[in-house]
Amino acid sequence: MFKIVRKYSLNDTTDFLSVYAPRIAAKAKPGQFIIFRIDETGERIPLTIAGYDRAAGTVSVIFQKVGKSTIKLGEMKEGDEILDFVGPLGTPSHLDGYRRVAVIGGGLGCAIAYPQAKYLHEQGTEVDMIVGFRSKDIIILEEEMRACSNTLTILTDDGSNGNQGLVTDGLKQKIESGAQYDLVIAIGPPIMMKFVCRLTKQYGIKTIVSMNPIMIDGTGMCGGCRVTVGGKIKFACVDGPDFDGHEVDFDELIRRNRMYAADERHARDAHCNLMKMANTEQR
Amino acid sequence: MPNMQLNKVPMPEACPAVRSRNFEEVAHGYSAEDAMLEAQRCLNCKNRPCVSGCPVNVKIPDFIAKVAEGDFEGAYAIIRSTNALPAVCGRVCPQENQCEGKCVRGIKGESVAIGRLERFCADYHMQHAEKTTPCKSDETSVRVAVIGSGPAGLSCAGELARRGYRVTVFEAFHTAGGVLVYGIPEFRLPKAIVKTEIEGLQAMGVEIALDTVVGRAVTVDELFEEGYAAVFIGSGAGLPGFLGIPGENSCGVYSANEYLTRVNLMKAYREEYDTPIIHAKRVAVVGGGNVAMDAARCAMRLGAEEVSIVYRRSEAEMPARREEVHHAKEEGIIFRVLTNPAAISADDDGFVTAMTCDLMRLGDPDASGRCRPEPTGEQIALDVDTVIVAVGTSPNPLIRMTTPGLDTDRRGCIMTADGVSTSREGVFAGGDAVTGAATVILAMGAGREAAKKIDAYCREKGYRDEKNS
Repeated sequence: MFKIVRKYSLNDTTDFLSVYAPRIAAKAKPGQFIIFRIDETGERIPLTIAGYDRAAGTVSVIFQKVGKSTIKLGEMKEGDEILDFVGPLGTPSHLDGYRRVAVIGGGLGCAIAYPQAKYLHEQGTEVDMIVGFRSKDIIILEEEMRACSNTLTILTDDGSNGNQGLVTDGLKQKIESGAQYDLVIAIGPPIMMKFVCRLTKQYGIKTIVSMNPIMIDGTGMCGGCRVTVGGKIKFACVDGPDFDGHEVDFDELIRRNRMYAADERHARDAHCNLMKMANTEQR
Repeated sequence: MPNMQLNKVPMPEACPAVRSRNFEEVAHGYSAEDAMLEAQRCLNCKNRPCVSGCPVNVKIPDFIAKVAEGDFEGAYAIIRSTNALPAVCGRVCPQENQCEGKCVRGIKGESVAIGRLERFCADYHMQHAEKTTPCKSDETSVRVAVIGSGPAGLSCAGELARRGYRVTVFEAFHTAGGVLVYGIPEFRLPKAIVKTEIEGLQAMGVEIALDTVVGRAVTVDELFEEGYAAVFIGSGAGLPGFLGIPGENSCGVYSANEYLTRVNLMKAYREEYDTPIIHAKRVAVVGGGNVAMDAARCAMRLGAEEVSIVYRRSEAEMPARREEVHHAKEEGIIFRVLTNPAAISADDDGFVTAMTCDLMRLGDPDASGRCRPEPTGEQIALDVDTVIVAVGTSPNPLIRMTTPGLDTDRRGCIMTADGVSTSREGVFAGGDAVTGAATVILAMGAGREAAKKIDAYCREKGYRDEKNS
């Protein structure tokens, strides 16, 4: 069992959670992930590690309450225990030796992009963060991201923060105004990563993306997380989750991530209805 | 006077039409009367060919003599002295190629039903005995780390515990048992049985650390730093192979590992579990081994209308056990042999709609001694919505990638000098991680052998002296 030591909301749909898991905390590196399972009948869900405290033995994740398992995780409180919490999984990101890096985050992807930016910044790399959200209300980690970047550009789809646009617009502007990047890191929805890669390919800038496919074990045993990279099958859980974005077949990833869309909707709705009924009864 | 009936006492089984739609165990097991009657068929031969056919050398005629007398606990004790998991082996061993394959009664008629008798004794013990296997280790005992809780790891851990070592088994998954829980389905090997066997080991002092991925959370070298005197690697062959044909990443194409894990470990067939799985109507399972049979029979039980095995050679070359093929056919699985997948097509959303296959004929024997399949030039398109790829697995690379100095061959299998000693001092290995995908009992045999070598190593190194043995 793994105890929740800290938990709070970042916005209506996104929570921060810190878990006591000393073996994982001792080894975790940026880019790696964990898999949790709340209880005996729960699914195994991968989440990227957002932070770790080796001294305290804690590992933190930031997650969006979108499906049954993440909604249930969101209902848990500090002091509660999660049945399974395994990691650190995946190959750590290679972040050493870069001079200037643009770190692009989309929505929840900022939770994954943030530790990478932080690591780079601590190494003395010049970091420009360009992040996008649907609207101003759901911006997360603003202070943290500002603290670990030389410049932070926040864009919103609806312009509610006064800066409307897509992350690709922000990146293009930086490049056009003379920023010389030796690496772009793009983490967010597959469609965003696809378009960032399309842009950086035009400029010939190496681009690393972080994959978020469906998986079970996270150790290379099921092959459910396979992605096509450079025409070859790769397992995101062991070969990744970071890959050369110019080689990834994003359309295939998007299709594969929708494999259980109907079941996911059904499970989420059933769980939400159950909670509604329970709340009504309490009243 | 031996029972000279030519045939085995029949095994009671669930009716195919009913069982093919549920996950309950197919073979019900012998009654005490059945077992005693069958035991009397053993001639108690002097040269004991059956024992030489068993990878863990169960003293077969001795235990069968006890069964014939009605001393079932006595029989169990004899089996258990060399076999850590008799209830498992009695169910899943390919006895026809091992003990039973060597039985003299098999020359004229059927061999003695050694596997069924082993299972009977184990089940009898589980139902009747109190768990009294004592724990022989304490805080001061020499510690050994076992990586993987599958057949090799459990057997090694059991033998080490019996010899007084303090054993920790590291398991990546949330449940112990390895292939016994994620791979072999409930209807062939009820998970409650695996659980009971593992609880037996825990009662002997074996500690099981779940959710711990060696190679990520901790490396082999760090295990030594933590104070383990020796390490056994029994991490199996869990990396699934794929066909390398167009369309293989379509939605609805599974590795057998993924499909079976969703069904067996993650219980996708039970309503109360959240595990999603495609409830397919028309399924093609590619491959001819036991894993392919398990996947096909699971798909049928999940409600498929049509399930076929697609295999590129003929039925004679199939590596699956005869019994598994027979059970699959009884349950309505279609066998499309001499059929080799060429491409998978999908709709606009990426979901499988068909699998095109080359029709094959058998040519001259290849390196494996089996006739090589060659394309006839003809193709067929199978109307399917799910494809399960069961064409073999290879060892997981995590441990070899993170253990400097551990020699592996080009297939990724750990190399050993004597079957279990690796190129690293104090590091032993066995089971599929060494041999590539093989059987439960071979892995168990290797685990037990490694335990003996670990014991010898610890004594030689002076970690353990004769006094505290």
